[in-house]
Amino acid sequence: MIIQGRALVVGNDVDTDAIIPARYLVTADPAELGRHCLEGLDPGFPGRIRPGDILVAGENFGCGSSREHAVLALRGAGVACVVAKSFARIFFRNAVNLGFPALECPGLGGIAEESPIAVDLGTGVLRDLGCGREFRAAPLPHFILEILDAGGLVPWARRRGYGGEKGHGA
Amino acid sequence: MTLAEAIIARHAGRPVAAGEFVEVPVDFVLANDITAPLAIRAFRELGAKRVFDPVRVALVLDHFTPCKDVRSAEQCRVVREFARAQGIPHLFEEGRGGIEHVLLPERGLVLPGEIVVGGDSHTCTYGALGAFATGMGSTDIGYAMATGRTWLRVPRTIRVELVGTLPRWVTGKDLILHLLGMVGTSGANWCAFEFGGEVGALPLDDRLTVANMAVEAGATAGLFPPDEKVLAYLRGRAAREYEPVYPEPNADYAEVIEVDLGALRPLVARPHSPANVVPVDELGEVPVDQVVIGSCTNGRWRDLLLAAEVLRGREVHPGVRCIVIPGSQELHLRAVREGLAEAFLAAGAVLSTPTCGPCLGGHMGVLAAGERCVSTTNRNFRGRMGHPEGEVYLANPAVAAASAVLGRIASPEEL
Repeated sequence: MIIQGRALVVGNDVDTDAIIPARYLVTADPAELGRHCLEGLDPGFPGRIRPGDILVAGENFGCGSSREHAVLALRGAGVACVVAKSFARIFFRNAVNLGFPALECPGLGGIAEESPIAVDLGTGVLRDLGCGREFRAAPLPHFILEILDAGGLVPWARRRGYGGEKGHGA
Repeated sequence: MTLAEAIIARHAGRPVAAGEFVEVPVDFVLANDITAPLAIRAFRELGAKRVFDPVRVALVLDHFTPCKDVRSAEQCRVVREFARAQGIPHLFEEGRGGIEHVLLPERGLVLPGEIVVGGDSHTCTYGALGAFATGMGSTDIGYAMATGRTWLRVPRTIRVELVGTLPRWVTGKDLILHLLGMVGTSGANWCAFEFGGEVGALPLDDRLTVANMAVEAGATAGLFPPDEKVLAYLRGRAAREYEPVYPEPNADYAEVIEVDLGALRPLVARPHSPANVVPVDELGEVPVDQVVIGSCTNGRWRDLLLAAEVLRGREVHPGVRCIVIPGSQELHLRAVREGLAEAFLAAGAVLSTPTCGPCLGGHMGVLAAGERCVSTTNRNFRGRMGHPEGEVYLANPAVAAASAVLGRIASPEEL
């Protein structure tokens, strides 16, 4: 699958309080959270996000709290994918568990704001269509790919036979 | 095997090595009023009907409680109803609870050698007791509540060899800030810290502070081998039988760092990163508007004692609001019985019921634009405590209390 969109560039150490400030954690509705997406970084940020945008980040994206609301906010705002030099562990788990594309490209750099980007989720190749440069994402382990392929942890578990009519452990 | 590897191996039923992905049973699962509602949603989406074991789940309503508004009350209601329907006895609310990572060790619910997963990044606190404990998002927690299992990438281990003893006014907070200054906010991503060497001299409350902030370096866990101090603490307190696990002598460490506790000084982390660390006496003149003493990082007995020692018989500076928050009901009551409460109140501080409130800009001490706070909490990210133009400096409880008296960030030595 290839995702094409406009780059929104942010820096290093974008923490989950920046992605979605705690005062909004009184809901788990992605649309509502999305209206405040990255407001902690810049109050004007939510207004600049257009559906289909690709967030391009530096090191340690999503550090800090475990709030899965950070992924929901990005998704709710219409962000199609996040590519970063590196992700903080919990954010990365959350993205995988919700089937949200998050690609780690250690060599990432020099992408201009609003540059058109194409990300091939299958091959992990990111192309800056503005300048033609290519970046390659670190390959994901089989186990993670399996969860992503299912669309997240819940569908992955159900695919493996968990749940069903009576539920597990009932 | 390192301590992290040894605990995971015991749960996996086979030896493991750093970097491997494993699926393991968990011993205990927790979530709070922010993360539990989403975890419950994931639990239901899974088609689960019953939690894997009701006595191995804790739901702690601590972040926005006592409920700050209608919507936070609605979230608490969802969690409360779930706990009742599932027969989960460990539902903790105000009056009988506290801040999750202060409360659960106190109740003996998280134990050496166990794997604990929590819907809160500071779940790593329990590493101080020798548990492999780590924070996760709500979907992971919903899955763990349903199945009693989780997936882990076995972390590489950074060994921290401690020598010496802490000088006066220097605490575990300064040790972890010192480490953060060395490795940075992502220096331990997907790694575990394992503390060893002369650990015995470090009080348990200080170890809990150190393990608590391991995640600020990106660490999956921060582990201490459980010594006699830990086992004594758990005697008569442990809710289950447990079997401590220790690192093997030939363990393979990614890195070894030595820290001389005796050479540490009181430190502060400047805005807006916990790794932006400087000794308090090199900071210069930094006036403050608010002081917060509490949280899952520094809301324990030794923290309260240090703060009381500084504040007793003194007055909070007229330009400062000082908020003291014991981490649990038990500690709050003890602070009343042993005279700490009076010392705080007489000094002009506020004494709050346990809550995470101000740490994450929830309530009970939110900052306005341009305001500055020195806080014993764990994060000073931009906007963490309220307005994005507010500033948070992180420090130990003695420095925070001294700053409350002097109206500027200061060492207790200055009093």
